[in-house]
Amino acid sequence: MASLKVPELVPSPAEDAEQLRKAFQGWGTNEALIISILAHRNAAQRKIIRETYAQTYGEDLLKDLDKELSSDFERAVLLWVLDPAERDAFLANEATKRLTSNNWIVMEIACTRSSHDLFVVRQAYHARFKRSLEEDVAYHTSGDFRKLLVPLVTSFRYEGDEVNMTLAKSEAKILHEKISDKAYNDEEIIRILTTRSKSQINATLNHYNNAFGNAINKDLKTDPEDEYLKLLRATIKCLTCPEKYFEKVLRLAINKLGTDEWALTRVVTTRAEVDMQRIKEEYHRRNSVPLERAIDSDTSGDYEKMLLALIGHGDA
Amino acid sequence: MAHPDELETLTKAFSGHGIHEQALISILGKWQPEEKKSFRKGNPNLFIEDERNFERWDDHHVRLLKHEFMRFKNAVVLWTMHPWERDARLVKEALKKGPQSYGILIEISCTRSADELLGTRRAYHSLFDHSIEEDVAYHVNGSERKLFVALVSAYRYEGSKVKEDVAKSEAMTLSNAIKEADKRKPIEDDEVIRILSTRSKPHLQAIYKHYNEISGKNIDEELDIDLRLNETVQCLCSPQKYFSKVLDTALTKDTDKNIKKALTRVIVTRADTDMKEIKQEYNNQFGVPLSKKIEDTTNGNYKDFLLTLIARGG
Repeated sequence: MASLKVPELVPSPAEDAEQLRKAFQGWGTNEALIISILAHRNAAQRKIIRETYAQTYGEDLLKDLDKELSSDFERAVLLWVLDPAERDAFLANEATKRLTSNNWIVMEIACTRSSHDLFVVRQAYHARFKRSLEEDVAYHTSGDFRKLLVPLVTSFRYEGDEVNMTLAKSEAKILHEKISDKAYNDEEIIRILTTRSKSQINATLNHYNNAFGNAINKDLKTDPEDEYLKLLRATIKCLTCPEKYFEKVLRLAINKLGTDEWALTRVVTTRAEVDMQRIKEEYHRRNSVPLERAIDSDTSGDYEKMLLALIGHGDA
Repeated sequence: MAHPDELETLTKAFSGHGIHEQALISILGKWQPEEKKSFRKGNPNLFIEDERNFERWDDHHVRLLKHEFMRFKNAVVLWTMHPWERDARLVKEALKKGPQSYGILIEISCTRSADELLGTRRAYHSLFDHSIEEDVAYHVNGSERKLFVALVSAYRYEGSKVKEDVAKSEAMTLSNAIKEADKRKPIEDDEVIRILSTRSKPHLQAIYKHYNEISGKNIDEELDIDLRLNETVQCLCSPQKYFSKVLDTALTKDTDKNIKKALTRVIVTRADTDMKEIKQEYNNQFGVPLSKKIEDTTNGNYKDFLLTLIARGG
């Protein structure tokens, strides 16, 4: 469930565009006004506001925001204003450039979006970067990481609920064999995780747990420092219980010395319209503290206000 | 007694692709019981002498006849089908038939546009309740699996922008992989698969050109050590050459039934795309117009249908 709060009576896009324009004029910027508008509009509404702004003032709203805002607050607003597919394409491209954590972002996008949405991301990637997503991911990764990530970003999983229990049993057995042999990058493991539908994978992993006594991620924890195994476990989590995955990303981002703002911004802006409500519940359950309170103690200023508005704090 | 000319016409009516329906009507329709009997006795390959004093149709030949009669119907059904359903069904059939038909997987994943391949993947969900990549991964074993799964999953950039320096260095990479072929099979080389399954077609054509400049040979000729890679490069870089070769093989006499099916498949799937270029390429390669080869090797309504399809658009 989304956490985004949109007012019952939404001003017209022309009014919103005019208010935003006013927020940029004069000395400094009226950040509170920007938040009060943008943090309370959904993707379709934001798109029309961008178009109206461009028609009325001849400028791209994103460029003006970039000029007027700075640092974490700016990044949160810019990511938020982007259309979801563009945003994912931007994040994925950025992830192929940076040195660390990049694999996780690509995996997260590939596994937590629906088949249709992932495809729209690939189209947006073509349009913006004049290359395919998979060619960049393949080029910037190697070895086991490439083996896992390229099939993940190119998957177009069947989205139905139909599950074949016989197949679930036999593929649970295959997974168990390969894991017992410590063949964590085996083609069969990759095949099952990167091509089967999410429902089928769920059934297979449930059977794994029933038949072999441990959840698969427990068996994959043999070497806690192995980066590939970490990614593999995260992949499985994203495919089967994304809210738990995102709760953990938020928890690590907030608890980290100094806070990982990029991770925090990424999760909030990409999930506010999807399942942020469930993630908040999971966060509260796991940390005994509401997410709002954690964000409040760890961030400040306009950046904090933007995040809180997106996770549904306060009124529309 | 049947006329020898009639017998010749009749034999031709049953051989090659499709059936010459008019010949059957005009000849067989007139025959009296004696002519039919001498036909049966005079063709021991079609009719077996039974111990109880009659000539039996050989079952195998009846099946062959059935396939030939169905050729026109299959062409019509395939022609009228939505291209996405068509390609999805062709992939499913190829997976069921096994390795001898896997060339079709390469053909479909490499000669369709990015959006056509996406459409095929969607249709596959509807028709078979599985994703194309899960079925390909499940059925294909061994060294070909990685390549095939990557090819069917591609969504290549379709613009013309190419980075020449990257193309040059990737041509080098491929050249090295081919040189090391006896140490490691190129089809199992991660870089070979990455380049062939993710780069855009214009980029691959630039690689083809650079490869030629580097090594003096064409990359698909050098790759003839590996049939699949060779087909992949041909489909991606010079599809009309690939298609005219497939057509020529299908139009040879006495090929097996799977190869024969390629004739319908190629003509139906390319009639609206690049049939004109394929005809030109065929003429260049084999010195004979495609229409004449079809005229000589196929029969009846099936022949007329094919000729009409390839004549569209000039």
